Amino acid sequence: MLRFFGKHALFMVVTLVAVSFLVFALNELSPGDVARKELGAYATQEQVDLLRQRLGLDRPVVVRYVEYLGKLFTGDLGYSQRFKVPVADIIFDRLRNTGLLAAVSFAVIVPLSMLLGVVAGMREGSVIDRGITMFATLAASVPEFAMGVFLASVFVVWLGVLPGTATLLSQTGGWSIPAQLVLPVAVIVLYDMGYVVSMIRASMVEVMQRPYIRTAVLKGMSFPRVILGHAVRNAMINPVTVIMLQINYLVAGVVVVETVFAYPGFGRMMLEAALFKDIALIEAGALVAVFVCVLTQILSDLAYMALDPRIRA
Amino acid sequence: MTDSRGATENRARAPLLEFRQARISFMLRAGEANVIPGLSFSLGAGEALGLVGESGCGKSTVALATMRYLGRAGRVTSGSILFEGQDIARMSEDELRRIRGRRIAMVYQDPMSSLNPVKTIGKQLMEVPMIHEGADAAAARALAVRMLEEVKLPDAAGFMDRYPHQLSGGQQQRVVIAMALIARPSLLIMDEPTTGLDVTVEAAVLDLVRELRQRHNSAILFISHNLGTVVRVCDRIGVMYAGEMVEQGTIRQVFANPRHPYTRGLLDCLPTLGRDKHGSPLATIPGQVGSPLSRPPGCSFARRCGSAEEGRCTTAPIPIRPVPGEAGHEAQCVRMAELEAWLRKDGQAGAVPDGAETAPLVEIAGLRKTYRQTHGLFGDTGKTVKALNDVDMFAEAGRTLAIVGESGCGKSTLAKIMSGLVTASEGTARIGPDQIAATAIDQRPQALKRKLQMVFQNPDSTLNPSHSVGYVIGRALRRLKGLGKRSAEDETRRLLDVVKLSGDFAGRKPHQLSGGQKQRVAIARALAGDPEVIIADEPVSALDVSVQAAIINLLNELQGERATTLLFISHDLAVVRYMADHVAVMYLGKVVEFGRAAEVFEPPFHPYTEALLSAAPVPDPDRQGERIILDGALPSATDLPPGCPFASRCPRKVGSICDTTPPPAQRLAHGHRIACHIEADELVSLQQGGAPERQREKHVRPHRAEEHIR
Amino acid sequence: MTLQTTIDRVAPPRPARTGPVAGALRQLMRVGENWPAMIGLAIVVFWVLAAILAPLVSPYPPNANDMKALAYPFPSRAHWLGTDHLGRDILSRILWGARTVLLVAPIAVLGAAALGSLLGLMAGYYRGWIDGLISRVGDIVLSFPVIILYMIILAKFGSSALNIIVVITLTKAPIIARIVRGITLELRERDYVLAAKMRGESALYIMFCEILPNARGPLIVDFCLRLGYTTIIIGVLGFLGIGLPPPDPDWGGMVKDTYGMMSVWPHMSLFPCAAVSSLVIGFNLLAIGLREISLRD
Repeated sequence: MLRFFGKHALFMVVTLVAVSFLVFALNELSPGDVARKELGAYATQEQVDLLRQRLGLDRPVVVRYVEYLGKLFTGDLGYSQRFKVPVADIIFDRLRNTGLLAAVSFAVIVPLSMLLGVVAGMREGSVIDRGITMFATLAASVPEFAMGVFLASVFVVWLGVLPGTATLLSQTGGWSIPAQLVLPVAVIVLYDMGYVVSMIRASMVEVMQRPYIRTAVLKGMSFPRVILGHAVRNAMINPVTVIMLQINYLVAGVVVVETVFAYPGFGRMMLEAALFKDIALIEAGALVAVFVCVLTQILSDLAYMALDPRIRA
Repeated sequence: MTDSRGATENRARAPLLEFRQARISFMLRAGEANVIPGLSFSLGAGEALGLVGESGCGKSTVALATMRYLGRAGRVTSGSILFEGQDIARMSEDELRRIRGRRIAMVYQDPMSSLNPVKTIGKQLMEVPMIHEGADAAAARALAVRMLEEVKLPDAAGFMDRYPHQLSGGQQQRVVIAMALIARPSLLIMDEPTTGLDVTVEAAVLDLVRELRQRHNSAILFISHNLGTVVRVCDRIGVMYAGEMVEQGTIRQVFANPRHPYTRGLLDCLPTLGRDKHGSPLATIPGQVGSPLSRPPGCSFARRCGSAEEGRCTTAPIPIRPVPGEAGHEAQCVRMAELEAWLRKDGQAGAVPDGAETAPLVEIAGLRKTYRQTHGLFGDTGKTVKALNDVDMFAEAGRTLAIVGESGCGKSTLAKIMSGLVTASEGTARIGPDQIAATAIDQRPQALKRKLQMVFQNPDSTLNPSHSVGYVIGRALRRLKGLGKRSAEDETRRLLDVVKLSGDFAGRKPHQLSGGQKQRVAIARALAGDPEVIIADEPVSALDVSVQAAIINLLNELQGERATTLLFISHDLAVVRYMADHVAVMYLGKVVEFGRAAEVFEPPFHPYTEALLSAAPVPDPDRQGERIILDGALPSATDLPPGCPFASRCPRKVGSICDTTPPPAQRLAHGHRIACHIEADELVSLQQGGAPERQREKHVRPHRAEEHIR
Repeated sequence: MTLQTTIDRVAPPRPARTGPVAGALRQLMRVGENWPAMIGLAIVVFWVLAAILAPLVSPYPPNANDMKALAYPFPSRAHWLGTDHLGRDILSRILWGARTVLLVAPIAVLGAAALGSLLGLMAGYYRGWIDGLISRVGDIVLSFPVIILYMIILAKFGSSALNIIVVITLTKAPIIARIVRGITLELRERDYVLAAKMRGESALYIMFCEILPNARGPLIVDFCLRLGYTTIIIGVLGFLGIGLPPPDPDWGGMVKDTYGMMSVWPHMSLFPCAAVSSLVIGFNLLAIGLREISLRD
């Protein structure tokens, strides 16, 4: 156990350092960018060079990276050029919003896709299986922005029962925050669930062909008991890693949904930072994303271990 | 459960299980595959019936049909399957569920995969009384522990909380048996219950089945491809071919006077202990089982039968008829009465050719292989596994050296070192002048690669499914002999002819070949470079007995023609006895006995060789001596005892010297050597109870408690 | 013996090979028997034809502004699918947009398949530190939200068709590598691989001639799936404004420009959304069908 965590902690640190350095280097390697950005297109080359020197941008990347790391440890994430506030002030705020969206979506996706995946996979080739497989395929085939447009045109434009934006500000249009969350969550769930359902279904189909399922049936167990008592846990062993990895997507990958619904989340912040070349924010955001991704890796390994006694031993 | 005894008496007349003209088909995309065309047989309460036959003959379908577990594609299209008078094919799901697991229980071939990997043994056992008798957890638990004790698992309570992967194969099968018997079923179906287990473990499991059968008075439907195991457990035997019961009767009737040519074929093609290659070649059954999609009008065996007569055998269905003078013995053959009397092909060890001592071509000395043990997520455990521990043996040019032992004995590691897939940690192995132990395959010069080729165990993985037979052999010829495209094509045809396949096989892909044909192609591929040595790693153990016989004959023939040296690795003593000139018996990385075949298979035996020999199932009801049952599982190869590796399980253990001091290699005549603390003379006198019928009291088993801790 | 092996055993032997043409025909027949594959194939073929014939069949140049239409941008006889907020014909733009997707996606996926297969073969065949390195880097790339990666890289280097192809190739290769690695790890233990080693074949021969051909089934299925995902990504990049530079038509970009006007002119974003969704559905149905066909073997 100790070994396991030691290994993971090490991997986590190495990954964090490696990726953050790559992002840092990528953004700061070409000299002039930062200074040029600061001064605008009409500044002379001399002015740019001067600023670079003043900001210390002419020193090697590694030196500046170490400096950057040092600052990180004091809690200084830098200053966002785009939002004109310290990075720390905006990034955690946005993360909290995204966390809300992610948590709600995750809470819907996991039980729903388990239900659909298990029901579809327990009788391969049945009408229910075909139906669920088709639904999952179709849902996963529609890009988030298209799904957003489709749902919004029905529920916002046509029926008018839901808001088309989710700014989380209670004064916009008088919609409550839960109401604002419905469409973003629906889009995320539909898009993401298709994939998870097919994973669980495939695993379930495989488990149902295992001899131990036959053993259970021939013990005289009823079909529901066989499914719940013998199949489901085995069927979840492989997909659990994938399910955990969805946290990643939910936290850092929902840019599109946030953009469609004007949701003040982490992804949209990153998009704006990228388009504006707001380097401090990009770097901090990338670091957060890597952190989340390493964390979910550990979570998924733990979940895997909890389900499968064979690798605990 | 309480009613079973009374009910048994009531049913004394009616059979417990009866197939009445049951016709079973699988509805496939390609049409109806009629696997069982109309099967009738019955099984009385408390009786044990063995069903034998080669793969594809419908044995397993019979087992699954009895449970009505045929999947969506399978159904009983006509006839009936009566269990205690009720038709299983027409029961409701509820009725069926009440019978499954309670009245009829099943033991499966592969115990590891039959147990749920994520549930403890205890939970899986307790389920049965909880479903069927509404027992509460405590009662179910008590029952489960009692059952585990009954199948002789030590520390039964401790086993309850273990997971299947923490048990050895033999222990897993005991758990499955306990699970089947926990509800005291009146019928126990065992589908190849010991296939895949080691011989000594198999012997112990079969003994247990016999013992439990007497205690529980369950009827047993015992399905096996191995005639020897059926003899050990059953009263009656049914021989199946292409879904039909071609012969049935008591064990003694069928084995003494088989009346169906297929039964005779099955018995003749076995290399029963005592025969060897210097005697006659093994009998074979040509051809293969026909497709169940289209059945011939007459006898389904006629196409492969040496006694078939055009017309009489091939026009109309053959009825099963009683054998005159033998009550209960029936056979489905029109020429039954005309067939000559059958003689068991036994004890025909031929004379060993003279001038036997040729120079060793392959010599292995002091060979060791140590692995570092790694474990899943946690990485290196820091322990080392001694897969080979100071191994010496040799093979004479043009002869066969057989290496025999159970799983974990190191025979596969030895093959890997010889073939260069791994390198030895210490010691030497040479082929002629070339030292090869430390040279990986990539480092060996092409000339050396030519000298040594290999034939593998699994026919399904020996050929690349993407390549045609012609490409495979041609490629080997071009690489090893440097032939051009044209001459490689000609040579391919010649090689196919050598392994007795017609030239048009060159265009076929592996999926169009049967198992035996695949092995022939693999042999042709190995022969491409005219090798001096062929390593054959269990080349026949995945094949049906009739095919096995043909491949064994082919290997011996080729050796006769080409003077190839064979390193033949096997777990099957009968096959080894038949094939080998020299034999090395291995246990836990050590050679415990080595010598000429004739001498290894005669006393004095190493106690392990003795145990192996006594455990091997013999398909002859008259030669069922008392068996030496080895207790406990193989010790872990990570912490080998300093003394004799076999000490922890040895029934002839003399004392603590066995645990502490490595046994000396006693050298006897003709290079025969035995690694044991007991003097050879004493071993002879201990073992001269007259092999092979050893009548000996069972030995006091030492260290009972300790052995099972591992 | 499991039920499945029982059924396998009783299944009839496959007919002998008669020739490559007959073999290909039979493959096609089997696609014909499988309706998801058929529908998928039909949709994909439709869009491929649309892309090829766009210059011939599209009623207007994709970037031509029809100022008269601005008064009534809805579908009409002149503009079957209406015009966008700049008076450009939506049907023409969708047809031309198909060219972008169907050019960029296959190239990117082919690149990913080539790179991924190579990496997967190496990781699975050599194992050890090569595997460790390839798998670890792959894991990181895979678990990192791709969109963020695209944003960082494309914002840095600017977006062009070539950059999009390179980025997709690099981010999709690890998935294919993982699939191929898994297959390789299994197949490298097969006896036919040992036999190849014993006759002195090179590692390259073993990887590409003994192992890779047996991975083609899963790879073809994955190729279709991957095309679907890549179509989505290209759409998303366009939607986020980091796709191909305007004004060339790109389905995602069309939505981006118009979804703000959805309450007034919903058709402007609905049609391109339908286009991209249908193409992805086509690829995915084809993948499902092909998988079913390959499992039946």
